[in-house]
Amino acid sequence: MYFLSIDWWLILEKALLIFGIVGLSFFIAMYTTYAERKVAAWLQDRRGPNRAGPFGIFQPLADGGKLFFKEEIIPLASNKALFILGPALAMITALLTSTVIPWAAPFHTKSGGVIPMQVADVDMGILLVFGIVSVGVYGIMIGGWASNNKFSLMAAIRGASQMVSYELPMGLALIAVLFMTGSLKMSVIVQHQIEHGWNIMYQLLGFIIFFVCALAECNRTPFDLPEAENELNFGYHQEYSSMKLGFYLFAEYINMFISSAVMATVYFGGYDIPFVNEASWGLSSFWMTFISFSVLMAKTCFFLFVFLWIRWTIPRFRYDQLMNLGWKKLIPLALLNMIITAAVMLWLKK
Amino acid sequence: MSVRLTNRSVEVNRKPMTFLESIYLWNILKGMGITISHLFKKKATINYPEQKRSFSKVFRGLHVLNRDAEGRENCTACGLCAVACPAEAITMEAAERLPGEEHLYREEKYAAKYEINMLRCIFCGLCEEACPKDAIYLSQTFAPANYGRKGFIYKKEDLLIPHPVNEKEAYEKALGNKAAKNSYTKTNNSPFGDRVWE
Repeated sequence: MYFLSIDWWLILEKALLIFGIVGLSFFIAMYTTYAERKVAAWLQDRRGPNRAGPFGIFQPLADGGKLFFKEEIIPLASNKALFILGPALAMITALLTSTVIPWAAPFHTKSGGVIPMQVADVDMGILLVFGIVSVGVYGIMIGGWASNNKFSLMAAIRGASQMVSYELPMGLALIAVLFMTGSLKMSVIVQHQIEHGWNIMYQLLGFIIFFVCALAECNRTPFDLPEAENELNFGYHQEYSSMKLGFYLFAEYINMFISSAVMATVYFGGYDIPFVNEASWGLSSFWMTFISFSVLMAKTCFFLFVFLWIRWTIPRFRYDQLMNLGWKKLIPLALLNMIITAAVMLWLKK
Repeated sequence: MSVRLTNRSVEVNRKPMTFLESIYLWNILKGMGITISHLFKKKATINYPEQKRSFSKVFRGLHVLNRDAEGRENCTACGLCAVACPAEAITMEAAERLPGEEHLYREEKYAAKYEINMLRCIFCGLCEEACPKDAIYLSQTFAPANYGRKGFIYKKEDLLIPHPVNEKEAYEKALGNKAAKNSYTKTNNSPFGDRVWE
């Protein structure tokens, strides 16, 4: 009778949520590639892709279809198992990070049940994101190593050192937030912000540090040294073709989406609607969930736009500049931010 | 000290950056302000196949062999264009007009074969200047792409203007370019004419 004791509704509910979120991640990543090209064009006084469908909205389908039909080449001297593992790992870690993000206000059923719009509200919440993101570096390292190509290896080393260096200030910036919320749980962080105001009001410096580190973690310009086109020939995915290359590129966009969602959740109130008390509207639970989800998506899309905007503004950092910025500037700043926050918290508690 | 050529030159600032400068934040924000302003600027490009920029009125494009008002070919195969051509792109063979062909050729001699190699041609327009019979002029279209080299050797059939009586519409369309071109010398002295950018 074991099967009967399993809560099948819970499994169904979570399965639906997981499929929904993975589908959403893919959809957003797809259209971020389109947005990237459009935004690039607009910022450079061009028009951007506008041939496939109205305003070119089928462009990502065309790009994806092209990647599928490309010839798949695995270099003879490569380590085949690792060569295939690299993009797979990059993709898996990119998708995994979305588990702990609360996507919308919890849904209250008529029978009094509560369905959280979050795959897993684990106690370590944000730490889980950090853990998975640091595994993500293996996607780049393994891919670069297995390609058996000096440029790819250089890129892999760069990517690894960059991601390790920037995780430190990122974590230090986050600790200041955790001082305030007192919990690692994402749902608690959001709830705290709904009650006490968004974290960005108290943690502006922390947010800037977090944002810079998020750029570095996603390997986005100005920190795209692992795939530096002009000196490393696209770096770690130089030997990749067809959908394996597609996985690497796609994983980058999914990472962007997730880190935008994390930033919106941790610093910008998550699914909270600003300036209004939505509880007084008396809307049904379905609409509340829907509206709060749209609000989170709007915030996320704004950050995605900032990612693109920065890409088409700033040239790539030199490697020594990157390391200087990470170790000599961001870590001291993050430590300062942490100490000031701690001191203020202590002073307020007294 | 080097001699200053103008008073516009500025000494390069080699002072080490302060801490605030070295986190680049302010300069990056300034740069982002510049890029976002371009979002609202007029686009410099056009939707090409739907919209086209007009050529300058002195544009020299594909050659056209002219006919007179009754549809007779002007060319007398004198060979002056071939001689004038610096790229040696033009070849022709002359023939004598037979009785009964007066409606086809304006004078007693005509070009039985007239070829221009568009891969050699440099579109200088010297053939047009050399022609005493107003038989050849450069239009405002350019040679379309082709799969083979042979396709770029344009025969007389490819070059002749449509018949003004039998194919009136096509003739007027082809003439449109020439009419515009001639008006340049009379009315508009700018070599770029009313060039349209959008």
